Amino acid sequence: MSTLTRPFRVVESELVAYRRTWRGTVISSFVNPVLFLAAMGVGLGSIVDATDNDLAMPYLAFVATGLMAATAMQAGAGDGAWPVMAGVKWRKEFHGAITTPLGPSDIILGRFYWGVIRLTFMLVVFAVIAVLFGALAIGPALLAVPPAVVTGLAFQTAVTAFTVTREDETSLSTLFRFGIIPLFLFSGTFFPISQLPDVLQWVAYATPLFHGVELVRKIALPEVDASAVTALSVWVHVAYLVIMTGLGLFLASRHLDRRLRP
Amino acid sequence: MAEPLVQARGLTKRFGDFLAVDAVDFDIAKGEAFGFLGPNGAGKTSTMKMITTVSPITEGKLSVFGFDPATEGREIRKRLGVVPQEDNLDVELTVAENLYVYGRYHDMDRARIRQRTEELLEFAQLADRAKSKVEPLSGGMKRRLIIARALINEPELVILDEPTTGLDPQARHLLWDRLYRLKREGATLIITTHYMDEAEQLCDRLVVMDKGKIVAEGSPRQLISQHAPREVVELRFADGAIDDIALRLEDVANRSEVLADRVILYTDDAEATQHELTARDIHPEQVLVRRSTLEDVFLRLTGRSLID
Repeated sequence: MSTLTRPFRVVESELVAYRRTWRGTVISSFVNPVLFLAAMGVGLGSIVDATDNDLAMPYLAFVATGLMAATAMQAGAGDGAWPVMAGVKWRKEFHGAITTPLGPSDIILGRFYWGVIRLTFMLVVFAVIAVLFGALAIGPALLAVPPAVVTGLAFQTAVTAFTVTREDETSLSTLFRFGIIPLFLFSGTFFPISQLPDVLQWVAYATPLFHGVELVRKIALPEVDASAVTALSVWVHVAYLVIMTGLGLFLASRHLDRRLRP
Repeated sequence: MAEPLVQARGLTKRFGDFLAVDAVDFDIAKGEAFGFLGPNGAGKTSTMKMITTVSPITEGKLSVFGFDPATEGREIRKRLGVVPQEDNLDVELTVAENLYVYGRYHDMDRARIRQRTEELLEFAQLADRAKSKVEPLSGGMKRRLIIARALINEPELVILDEPTTGLDPQARHLLWDRLYRLKREGATLIITTHYMDEAEQLCDRLVVMDKGKIVAEGSPRQLISQHAPREVVELRFADGAIDDIALRLEDVANRSEVLADRVILYTDDAEATQHELTARDIHPEQVLVRRSTLEDVFLRLTGRSLID
């Protein structure tokens, strides 16, 4: 079995479990976007659109693209947190897997590939719902999927690298409370970051979800008004997210090796 | 003698300042059931983890199937079945799926896994549970499933780390019965345990570990004859009488041990010892005569103090 195929055995084990649990994930994949688009897009959007703003598009389209990146972040971060803690500490499946020909980096890569599959599935569902809500046309909705998946993967790998160094779940809820949720709110998901004070704009530039949100908007809605996005090149966002993913994979493999093979 | 399956020379494991395994030597031959006996913290599990290549060795030499764990770990793990101390079954999967996933980890094709799963669930007496979830299984069933999972790849060497800890007597005996069968079929087994009866039942040869060192080696019978006289006489006395009596017990047996409420005499001839007691006018409230067991050897070698 080669280095290339080993991680797919981990994907296969996830699929075996998924065969039974997929219904639950489908429901949550539907419910989440429906609720957000209804509340933020339709509800809040009707007020926003009635005002004199310079979004150059309906608020529903603006927020739908932001939410795709933000939802991918939450899903990716969640996937890097609890299942990984279960693997190293609660149920210890990872400890078992490394007594077979698999190694720690196969587990990390396999979970990464599995993340690609799951995030893609989830975001396609999101895109379909955004179309049904009239938030996006089919073309832009589907164009939004790949950059959102990339955003989710950056978080999945980085959070995995964090989780495997942690002893208890408190640090995971802390990460979500003080990391993921503030990012969700202040990365341009719901309003352009040009609305933020200058200092916070610079903070936003440094954080990952901002780059994900911008990337999704610039790819899905290229006609977007200059005031709704920053002037940064698409490649800056791509580079940020790809480097974060690469670093995440590298550190996650290294930390998992130290954790599982003391 | 054929090349040993596992060979360790000066094998050492250190975690920071803590010396977990202190320069141990051992050889394990093909087809043998080899035991590591010792109290908690003696270094048994650390030794197992080095053999299964999931813990790098600090110093010394270790070869498994002639491979070096540091560079050829995957070659070793291919041929290995590992039963860990703690359950690490995937509780989201069914009984059969747990075997399937490990079969795939071992690069087996689906048809072979299906066939092997059938055989192994039969062997582990779980055939009627194939489609059941793991969570509701009893402790004994989970252990048997873990053993079945370890056998999926037809391993040349099976490593069992405290396989029956926490099981009730029925479940333990059933598990021993399965392990006997494995042994009869020619598997090489490495077993760690702190249960003496388990070691006596299953192991052809064993080492006793204490504080990271091997303190004795041999077959269960050899160890008993080397480290404990043939018989044991346990005497129970009324409260407070023991200190006075202890002084008068000198030389009544090969060795004596005075505990809070009783005295243990190790002797080659229990009858003669009892006569001697009567001659010295010592009359215990209760006398128990029994044969020496591995437990006596164990306590002799590793001490009576509680290790946490």
